[in-house]
This record gives sequence, structure tokens and C-alpha cells, in this order.
Amino acid sequence: MSTKYIYTFALIMTVLVALLLAGSKVMLGPVAEKNEDIFNKRQILEAISGPLEKAGKSVADLTDQEVLDIFEQQVQQAVVMADGETVEGKNAIEVDMAQERKKDESERFYPVYEVALDGSKYYIFSVRGSGLWDAIWGNVALQDDMNTVAGVSFDHAGETPGLGAEIKDNTKWKSQFAGKKIYDNGKYVSVNVRKGGAIDMEHEVDGLSGATVTADGVSDMLYKGLKAYEPYMKEVGNGSSK
Amino acid sequence: MATTVETKVPKNEPLFGKKERVLLTDPLLDNNPITIQVLGVCSALAVTSLVYPSLVMAVAVVFVCAFSSLVTSLLRNAIPKAVRLIVQLVIIATLVTLVNEALKAINYPVYKQLSVYIGLIITNCIVMGRLEAFAMANKPWRSFLDGVGNGLGYGLILVVVGAIREIFGKGTLFAGSPIVMRFIGPGEEYIIDTATANQWGSSYFGWYANNNLMVMSVAAMFVIAVLIWWQRSRNPKLVDIS
Repeated sequence: MSTKYIYTFALIMTVLVALLLAGSKVMLGPVAEKNEDIFNKRQILEAISGPLEKAGKSVADLTDQEVLDIFEQQVQQAVVMADGETVEGKNAIEVDMAQERKKDESERFYPVYEVALDGSKYYIFSVRGSGLWDAIWGNVALQDDMNTVAGVSFDHAGETPGLGAEIKDNTKWKSQFAGKKIYDNGKYVSVNVRKGGAIDMEHEVDGLSGATVTADGVSDMLYKGLKAYEPYMKEVGNGSSK
Repeated sequence: MATTVETKVPKNEPLFGKKERVLLTDPLLDNNPITIQVLGVCSALAVTSLVYPSLVMAVAVVFVCAFSSLVTSLLRNAIPKAVRLIVQLVIIATLVTLVNEALKAINYPVYKQLSVYIGLIITNCIVMGRLEAFAMANKPWRSFLDGVGNGLGYGLILVVVGAIREIFGKGTLFAGSPIVMRFIGPGEEYIIDTATANQWGSSYFGWYANNNLMVMSVAAMFVIAVLIWWQRSRNPKLVDIS
């Protein structure tokens, strides 16, 4: 076979494959985007799974439409900067935490989700940090006193299943976070994951055996992540954080 | 190891004769791509911690294997020999990208769970091995069946390993899918119930503590090794094949 034949073959094949792939992307792209949106929103709602359960809804059983409805009707999105200023004309869900983390701290955008549920208000903040192998991230819901944790949800890019990945899979471990306080007599302390078991029941949760580095990553992520929201919390909570 | 099989099909041979059936069933047991040829082990270790993702992975590989064989066989006389490996790779990569896009649109959570492993089907030696060893030298229909057979052989091992690891590692089956079941693990009463199973559920075998080793990739190594041993001890003829 001549070189010319090989070139022609390669050219035709490449063009056909390119058309096929472009076509599939155009057709399936919007559906995939919608799925990703629902997936992200579900993960955010997971942070208030406790309060949602009291309202008779389990996050796992919510249909896709219900997730979108809750976001449409009960969630107010805001984007804030590290100095507490609100950014106009931007939706919290559009903020990509992985991208924000590459920016300078003073230029980062931070998403805030204000959820109205059964007459109470919850504020969900997004945090991101590093685990043992790769990035970890999560959402922390605070009650409207801007002090008491209402719940958390975590996810990870590549923690070890059964060990570090428990931060996502272990519901019992995550349920410890509800009720913890991030302020100690007005001083910011965040919530700490303590290896060997919590000592200070107000501000600490038990560690995960076999996952010390990931757990430390969670502590670090929560401390730095929530600290960035401090000016905003003070502003909303009328400086009443105790 | 895989060898080039050249067969001449007489014109009046039935569409689904004995030879065709052998093409489908042989890779399931006596010529299994994982346990006999020891190919595709990487993904078999990585995705088999739960049954449901294993099942999705198996379906994806069957699809890619079958249709890449079909396309390669259709083009086998037109493909320039000098660039045939590149052409095969383009065919596989196209199909894998299609599967990836489709999965994103159909089931986003599972897509997230399988993450890079769907994309890595491109590098799965089983697929390319079958193209090079069979599809380049055989007619389309037989090549298609050979692809389906080898995909199923791979998938069978994946699902078996996934089931063993999930039951002993998590106490569940089909976690993450709509029909999740809980079999063993901490608790008081036996539950096969979608609503409660993915929480800190309970069962008759409440004394059983989940074995974290089974959740980790190394467990797949043990399980596959035991399968290989079991298969060869039942059929000593297989011992010298690989």
C-alpha cells in the first residue's frame, strides 16, 4: 500500500471520528451538564440532611426534580469575598472551588447557600483542602447563630476506600459534626478531628482509624475554609457570634 | 496467550452454529481473559470494591470490545498494515469516549465513581488483544461474537469479585443502585430494604464487623488469585496454558 493511501485513510478516518465525537458531545452534553448540576446540588443539600430528615425528606430519596425545586424555592445563593463583601451578579453554584484555590486568598470567591427550612435558616459554606492522596472538599451547614454546625458533607478525589474514603461513606462518623460549635467564647476554633477520640465535646469529633492524614486534612480544611467566611458570618450574624 | 485464529466460514453455515457458540462461551471459563490470559487485571483490581460499578464497567467493556471488533473486522482489508495499531487505537478510543459521554448523561453518580477507569478501557489489553488476534483475520459477525464473549468473560470475573468484596467489605450488595440490599453487618434485625439499607442498617448477622481489607484493592488480588487457583484445580489442562 502506498504512502498516499495511508495518508488518505488516516485523513478520512480522523474526520469521521471527529464528526462522530463532536456530534455525541453536542447531543449528550446538555444532559450531562444537567446531571452534574443535580449531583453538585445534592451534595450541598447533604450538609443539611439532618434538618431535612426532620422535615420528612431524606437526601438519598429526593428525586432530581425535588433537588432542583428545593434549590429554586428554598435556597438563596450568594458569593462573598474573604473580606465579607458580597459579589453581585454571580451564582454560588457557578463557583469552582478547585479554581478558586489557585487564586490569591484575597481574590477568591466563596459560595454561600442560605436555606430556609421549616422556619429556620441554615447557611451552607463550601470548603476545600488536601487529603492523603488528592484533594478533599465538602460543605458545612451552620445554624443561623453562625456558630452551631447543622451538618456536613464531604467528598474526595482519591482517598483509600475503607480508610480515608470513610469521610464520605461513613454516615455515622459525619453525624458527629451536628451540634458542634465553631466558636469558643467568641474565639474562632473550628471543629477538630482528634485521633483517638474527641476530648472537648464542644469542638471535637472522633478520628477515623487508619485515616489519620485524611482526618488531619479535614481538620485543616475546616479551620482554614470556615475562617475565610468569618467576616461574612460577622456581618450576617450582626457580629453576634458567641 | 492469545493466538491468531483463522477460520474459513463456508457460505451455507448457520448464523449461530457450534463455532459461534464456542466464541461466546469459551472466554467465559476455559479461555477467560482475566483468569487464564491474565489481561485487564488493573481495572479488575480498581473498580471491583462494589458490585454496581463493576456491572457498569462490565457493560462498558462488552460494548467497546464487541463494536471495536466489529468495526475493525469490517475495515480489516482496508486498514494499511503499517498503521494498523494506530487505527485500532483510534477505533477503541472513539468508542470509549462515546461510552464515557453516554454514562455521564445516563448515570452521573456512577460516572463519578468509576472516574478515570472508563477512560482507561482504551488501555485494556483485552480489547486491543482481540482486535489484533482475532478481528483482523476474521469476518465481522464472528469478530463481533468474539468481542462480546471476551467482554462477558471479563465482566463475569468483575461482578464475581465485586460481589465477594462488597458482601464481606460492606455487608451490602448493589450499593449505590436503586436495589441496594444489606446482608451482613452490625445491627439487630434483618433488613432488605432500600430506604434503610444505606444508613447504619442492621441484619441477622449483626456480629459481623465489616472487613476493611476487602474494600481495598489488594483484596481483589487475593480474590482473583483464589479464582485462578480454583479454576485450574478443577481443570488441570489449564495449568500450562498461560
